[in-house]
Amino acid sequence: MDFLPALIMSAFIGGVAGYLGSLMLSKRMALVGGPLGHLSLPGIALALIYGFDVSLGAFLFIVVGIIFIWLVEVRTKLPMEAITALVFASGVATSFVFLPEDKTVPALIGDISQITPDIVVIVIVLSSAIFFVTKRIYSKMILVSISEDLARVEGIDTKKFNFIYLACIALVISLGVRIVGGLMTAAIVAIPACTSKNLSKTLTQYAYGGLVLGSLGCILGIAAAEVTGVSAGSAIIMANTAIFLVSLVLKRAT
Amino acid sequence: MVKTMLKVDKLNVAFDGFDVITDLSFEVKEGEVLVILGPNGAGKTTLLRALLGLIPYRGNVVWATEDISYLPPQELWERRGLPPLSIEEFFRFKAVSMERILNIFQRVGLDPSLLKRGYGALSTGQFQRMIIGWALVDDPSVLLFDEPTSGIDIGGQETIYSLLHSFWKERNLTILLVTHDLNVVWEHAETVLCMNREKLCYGNPHKVLTPEELEKIYGAGIKHYEHTHR
Repeated sequence: MDFLPALIMSAFIGGVAGYLGSLMLSKRMALVGGPLGHLSLPGIALALIYGFDVSLGAFLFIVVGIIFIWLVEVRTKLPMEAITALVFASGVATSFVFLPEDKTVPALIGDISQITPDIVVIVIVLSSAIFFVTKRIYSKMILVSISEDLARVEGIDTKKFNFIYLACIALVISLGVRIVGGLMTAAIVAIPACTSKNLSKTLTQYAYGGLVLGSLGCILGIAAAEVTGVSAGSAIIMANTAIFLVSLVLKRAT
Repeated sequence: MVKTMLKVDKLNVAFDGFDVITDLSFEVKEGEVLVILGPNGAGKTTLLRALLGLIPYRGNVVWATEDISYLPPQELWERRGLPPLSIEEFFRFKAVSMERILNIFQRVGLDPSLLKRGYGALSTGQFQRMIIGWALVDDPSVLLFDEPTSGIDIGGQETIYSLLHSFWKERNLTILLVTHDLNVVWEHAETVLCMNREKLCYGNPHKVLTPEELEKIYGAGIKHYEHTHR
């Protein structure tokens, strides 16, 4: 693993995932990262087989999956969680049909062994773009969470904002699978947000807490992976979990 | 001549082929207080949502202003499970100055120290006063308020209505109020619209809300004690 590029890339992905995750948690969608990560597995499998970028493969399948979930929900009125379960299980099953055995582990828990400077630059640009877009819609989406009717009367185009929000989620998950694989993406979205909620008293603290803690979890995880030789994906999740446990102690102390 | 703020003509709303509102027509003048009265399931909340264009409808709804504030019924406000959100941050969603926020806080009788409090940490009465402040902080021309006092004790109800009354007098606010409380109709409404999926009565409450009409709206057993003071 090239330590510095991996560290920079993971810090950016972790930060934006934590920031967006804080919004997802407030909309009770933090776990959506899991099914979407699983859904990305066929895309990761194809990328690994044909040698194109895993985030691109993941993104294409996540977008197709989100559109499918939305269409089925509109047509059938089935609960979204049920349709999501159907889609992500199908995604996992499909990926294992044609995923070569030696590519299985990287697809499931991530692989940052071959990070080029180009990829780092692309990740920095995309993460920053997602951050600024999310920042613009953040307070409006919180108002939608409080009451969609209220938000609409206040002039918020809820359909447009929901679309932007879902696009940001698809992009973040696609970036996330690069560092933690398709199996554990929910964790980089949900854990920093939960930790930040434990430590915050205002929305600003909570949102930026998600960003800082998400980034910190990735930095500590990559450092731990470098030192111990465990997979970076697992180390990142364990670092995030450790920070969360510390936040529980701090919360109890205050 | 007093401006017509809202003109509703032959409004029809249906959900899944089931008529919820049928052929409803009425007008609201600038500075008027219209109370919408009717039993549960009469379509009162649906009416407000249709007037605001939140749901599809047939017919014509014409507003003379876009400067409208809406407060949904308290049970439709998410108060638990939200991220940490201070009252001050909630007011900042409206992009108004701190001076205005402090001013409206004082007007609704809340201590400014509550601005630092969490959005979900207010009592029901404080919350209702806070959302009235939130709705009026950017000085709208029209306020639509759905069941302002549900879950509030009698003393608290009086405070809320007195507050709305003082804003109405002070700002020439046009108010559309959904309530079950007949006292509010007698004390504060200039016009009442009684409905049960269709218009049952409409006009000055002292003229149209006869015991017979009340019985038609709510069924037998309604006692009629009209308040004559204002």
